[in-house]
Amino acid sequence: MAFSIVLILIVLGAVALTISGIWWFTPLASNWNDIDSALLITLVVIGIAFVVLNLVLAYVVLRYRHREHNRAQFLPDNPKIEKILIGITALGIVILLAPGLFAYSRFISPPRDALTIEVLGEQWRWSYRYPGPDGKLGRANPKLISPKNPFGVDLNDPAALDDILSYTELHLPVGRPVLLHIRSKDVIHSFFIPSFRVKMDAVPGMVTHYWFIPTVIGRFQAVCAELCGIGHHRMQSPVIVERVEDFQQWLAKQPTVAATVKP
Amino acid sequence: MSEKTHKEHGGFWTKYIFSQDHKVIAIQYTITALLIGLFGLVLSWLLRLQLGFPGSFQFINPGSYYQMLTQHGMIMIVYLLTAILLGGFGNYLIPLMIGARDMAFPFLNMLSYWVYLLSVIVLMAAFLVPGGPTGAGWTLYPPLSALPNAAPGSGWGIKLMLVSLVIFIAAATMGGLNYVTTVLQCRTKGMTLMRMPLSVWGIFIASVMALFAFPALFAGGVMLLFDNLLGTSFFIPSVTLFGQQLPREGGNPLLFQHLFWYFGHPEVYVVILPAMGIASDLISTHSRKPIFGYKAMVIAMAAIAFIGFIVWAHHMFVSGMNPYFGFFFAVSTLIIAIPSAVKVYNWLLTLWRGNIRLNVPMLFGIGWISTFIIGGLTGLPLGNVIADVPLHDTYFVVGHFHLVMGVAALMAIFGGIYHWFPKVTGRMFNETLGKLHFWVTFVGAYAIFFPMFLLGILGVPRRYFDFNVLQYLPPQTNALNIAITVAALTVGAAQLIFLGNLIWSALKGKRAEANPWGATTLEWQTPTTPPPHGNWGAETPTVYRWAYDYSVPGAERDFIPQNVPTEPSVPVGVPSTVR
Repeated sequence: MAFSIVLILIVLGAVALTISGIWWFTPLASNWNDIDSALLITLVVIGIAFVVLNLVLAYVVLRYRHREHNRAQFLPDNPKIEKILIGITALGIVILLAPGLFAYSRFISPPRDALTIEVLGEQWRWSYRYPGPDGKLGRANPKLISPKNPFGVDLNDPAALDDILSYTELHLPVGRPVLLHIRSKDVIHSFFIPSFRVKMDAVPGMVTHYWFIPTVIGRFQAVCAELCGIGHHRMQSPVIVERVEDFQQWLAKQPTVAATVKP
Repeated sequence: MSEKTHKEHGGFWTKYIFSQDHKVIAIQYTITALLIGLFGLVLSWLLRLQLGFPGSFQFINPGSYYQMLTQHGMIMIVYLLTAILLGGFGNYLIPLMIGARDMAFPFLNMLSYWVYLLSVIVLMAAFLVPGGPTGAGWTLYPPLSALPNAAPGSGWGIKLMLVSLVIFIAAATMGGLNYVTTVLQCRTKGMTLMRMPLSVWGIFIASVMALFAFPALFAGGVMLLFDNLLGTSFFIPSVTLFGQQLPREGGNPLLFQHLFWYFGHPEVYVVILPAMGIASDLISTHSRKPIFGYKAMVIAMAAIAFIGFIVWAHHMFVSGMNPYFGFFFAVSTLIIAIPSAVKVYNWLLTLWRGNIRLNVPMLFGIGWISTFIIGGLTGLPLGNVIADVPLHDTYFVVGHFHLVMGVAALMAIFGGIYHWFPKVTGRMFNETLGKLHFWVTFVGAYAIFFPMFLLGILGVPRRYFDFNVLQYLPPQTNALNIAITVAALTVGAAQLIFLGNLIWSALKGKRAEANPWGATTLEWQTPTTPPPHGNWGAETPTVYRWAYDYSVPGAERDFIPQNVPTEPSVPVGVPSTVR
């Protein structure tokens, strides 16, 4: 009796805490409705399964508790029930997986006209490199990294000199697809913007990617989501989404590679 | 295993310390694992104190926080859960449940324990060396774990950690070979594979998995040790640390992640499968009803084991590996939910129309079902690749693996310890303290870990020393963190009640009957309790029926032990599907 009541109270408490909405998604500020809906479908399906299975558990424990002269039914098997339950489960899995995989295929296919920005992680900050007027990021090589050339850009690449650097903030124009090229200087970090629902590890020796479209003007936050040493919990960066004109103005004020790296 | 009966020669030392009796070795494994687990528990208290009351404890700084976090994870997963389920339960139950006198290789078995103890000593030594233990996270991802001063404990600490793991793997291999051989070769007359209790099936399949999975960790661990000690670059590309170019190049950090998770995911099932088996036996015995769908249960465990080897990269969806792998690993991961769900349904159907005795082992058995349900279900969004993108490395993951691999597994372990305590010690535990232990642990586990799912959905990253920097947290989050910390301290305190109950009851508890639960399996049919070295007296038992003849229609009592001969008057309970 006590067990069933407590279990029901736990389920009710869990549901109440969830629908109180105090801790829930941050308001979405990117195009990734698809991610939210795939996640939401999954959460609803597992939420229903959680409630139903626990209520069944509470019921059977109460209904079939030991009483004098009770005897259990000898019921070792029932292939029919098992097949039905396997069928229902498989159907549930398909319902979760199908929209998820479609959304994922969009997530890994960036549009061609995306604005390319490089994100560089190091212990314990994020810096950014934007293409200059030529629209192309210059080549970079980790072996060229030095205090004067923190991105390790290849100065022999003509596309590199006009690249624009930001050591503090990530500014983005609203409504334009952005493709991030993510690198790390030292250990693994992970560039996570909760309001955009996007995350990818920054791995030394590799360039990783993701894309999104910022849809809301405002200030957001990028944080590190992979343990990277004692400053991990402080490794964050402002993300500012603004009108295209404001973005262009800001960009024009930032230093170029030619101005900072070359003496 | 020869048929000669074991004779005790020598005194205290050969009987209790350097014993080759599987039961003594099981107790040694269990006590060592519980003690190291208690240490891991205290570490979790300190972690929670920092998160609930940031800045209030001077000795907890980011460095020591990450060291404790790393050690807590490694201790609990490897040195507590793996060791107690295979070394503890595996050792005690396999020979007794299959009617053997001992393990196939008793000396190797003893050696396995001592090598395990050595690995624990090396692990603990890291707390005493300069720089302390490693703080690179229990996943030990390089380059963080491979470069000097990148993480706390990068000198002695990481090296001792890796050496300890390598030693542990040696111990686990000795044990695993023994368990597999014993199950295959030492079953008594009549004990066919499909008559074995599910506890033995779970331990057996988990041992096979461990033998396939641990070598990957061994390889990765040795390579990482070389990167640390010899300056090799297996996992290290060109890097610039603190403004200095390091003389390393050409390595790949993702290689380690593949090796680690090729071990790490099967490792989850190395813990879960024995727990599933134990829980099945608790639920069947104490509901006085045969386990529902025995054959399906065995097949489901085998399927989980097989698929469990091809899901590892779901830990790496945002690691930078080829994104097209995401499709395959999402599908394989969600498929594994089907055999897992079958197990849950079958436990519920076992309870259905049962005669449920809510004693302490059964409370934990039912607690297992509930915590496995929520822990398992919350794995689905993490496996569904696109849903994992926002949730990865957040508190959602922390809640998920703690409930499924920590709490659920511990429910089975606690239930199992209470269940077999009368056989192991010959005494009963204190029922009231046992129930107190259950209630605090069960309710407290939900209080600790359920809110973490909501924090994860909000986007709170895991492994944060404090959350001050996060600008998107609602103001109530402080109160929530304090509540979680209070719950964690309370649940921790309940484990002290458990340990106290074990010690007191082992010494002073009421004498137990040979078969207090009315169980069918062989370990309850030994001529003496606790069973002596050699287990069975003059002759090993003969098995006539499956392990689940509970409440057989027409039978006088509601259980028929496996070694009771089939006579015309007693109907054979075995269903046609398993005969």
